[in-house]
Amino acid sequence: MIPEITLTAWQILLVKIGVILAIVPTMTLVAGYAEHKVMAHLQHRLGPMYPGGFHGWAVLLADGLKFLYKEDIIPERADRRVFSLATFAIFVPAVMVYLVIPVDRSLIVEDLDVGIFYLLAISSVSTIGILMAGWSSANKYALIGALRAGAQLIAYELPIVLSAAVVVMLSGSLSLVDIVEAQNWPFLIWPPGIGLIAFLVFTMASVAELTRPPFDMPVAESEIITGAFTEYSGMRFIFSFFFPEVANLVAFAAIGATLFLGGYQPIVPLGVLEVIPGFVWFTLKTAFMVFLFLWIRPTFPRLREDQLQKFAWKVLIPVTLALILVAGAWVLYAPEALR
Amino acid sequence: MPEGYFGQYVTIGIFAIVGTVLVAATLQLSRLVRPNHPTTAKLTTYESGIDPIGHGWSQSNVRYYIFALLFVVFDVEAVFLFPWAIVFEELGTAAFVEMVIFIGILALALLYAVKKRVLEWL
Repeated sequence: MIPEITLTAWQILLVKIGVILAIVPTMTLVAGYAEHKVMAHLQHRLGPMYPGGFHGWAVLLADGLKFLYKEDIIPERADRRVFSLATFAIFVPAVMVYLVIPVDRSLIVEDLDVGIFYLLAISSVSTIGILMAGWSSANKYALIGALRAGAQLIAYELPIVLSAAVVVMLSGSLSLVDIVEAQNWPFLIWPPGIGLIAFLVFTMASVAELTRPPFDMPVAESEIITGAFTEYSGMRFIFSFFFPEVANLVAFAAIGATLFLGGYQPIVPLGVLEVIPGFVWFTLKTAFMVFLFLWIRPTFPRLREDQLQKFAWKVLIPVTLALILVAGAWVLYAPEALR
Repeated sequence: MPEGYFGQYVTIGIFAIVGTVLVAATLQLSRLVRPNHPTTAKLTTYESGIDPIGHGWSQSNVRYYIFALLFVVFDVEAVFLFPWAIVFEELGTAAFVEMVIFIGILALALLYAVKKRVLEWL
């Protein structure tokens, strides 16, 4: 028997803070290491092998420590106040996204009744941070990078929002726990076709929203160094570029797993698989999504800026608009196919 | 005490503060251990090694102001879409037809923008 423990609201809050502060950096390290290793092996390389001894597992810890000891350089011409505020505007939303993602049926920091709406809202705050970073640097590369990032993030936010709207229509709730509960096996073709198209649109738009290749014009190293973060150095660079990038990668993978892959539910409704706890399923599905994002990166060449905009406005947005109408007709006139 | 409906948002607010403190504390920690030897060359704006020409805050062409306007239109649409998406099943055909008309108008606007060739990245 496990003794019943009762905690006051403040103690629960402290536990939640502790868990989030432990999990988010750990997941970021694991995903960052996975990025090194998966990409290396996809390109027939070994990747980091020495730090930490076993297959270079400690490479990112070493990297982080190195950055802690690096000089913090803010260029003379930069707007110092905006320059340092930008870091917070990018980092804080990256952590706050995790608050509403249900890891298990009751393993969630806050089950907001407008959970998905909160997610979409908070994940787009960082756009402002990137524009702040780019403008305050007073650097041409940074300015070009920030303007590209602004254009790209607003263009690809719409397909994400609209494909999430499709999920909301099918599940009839904005709460992420209810959305997971509403999904039946098989999750992806739920109902036939619509879910799959929404999932594909969501995945492509997520890659663009994360400014990862093939949609990495805003940080294209060969042209504009690191885009908006060209002038950032030391820990500031970690907190405004590296950490949020990987944290958002895991967050979008988790959102994809929650909205489209059935979240913490077993992949097949079998009695045997029900024994495995929900958070294991959730982790596996998130890991699959992360792998998908990592796989895309070395596979496709970079898109040009005009191709990128054309793809968002002339392909993804019309497709999702049509999808909303099809999903609406489906829910109204053929609801038995859903359940 | 974070309880009840608005208590959820108190928790979220507290997490915003925790995130801010985390960054500030780590930057402070870094300040204790990192070197600090600013020189004029180090503090110049980076421009691939050569001395910067002109100022970074130069006039730049914001090519996507039309995109931004369209984005506002569609994002406002999304605000209407989410409440509708929850209740349209109960409201039935009438609500659905209304949304079809709404999305139709927006799709026409998008089509118009395409025809006017404003969605071209020059």
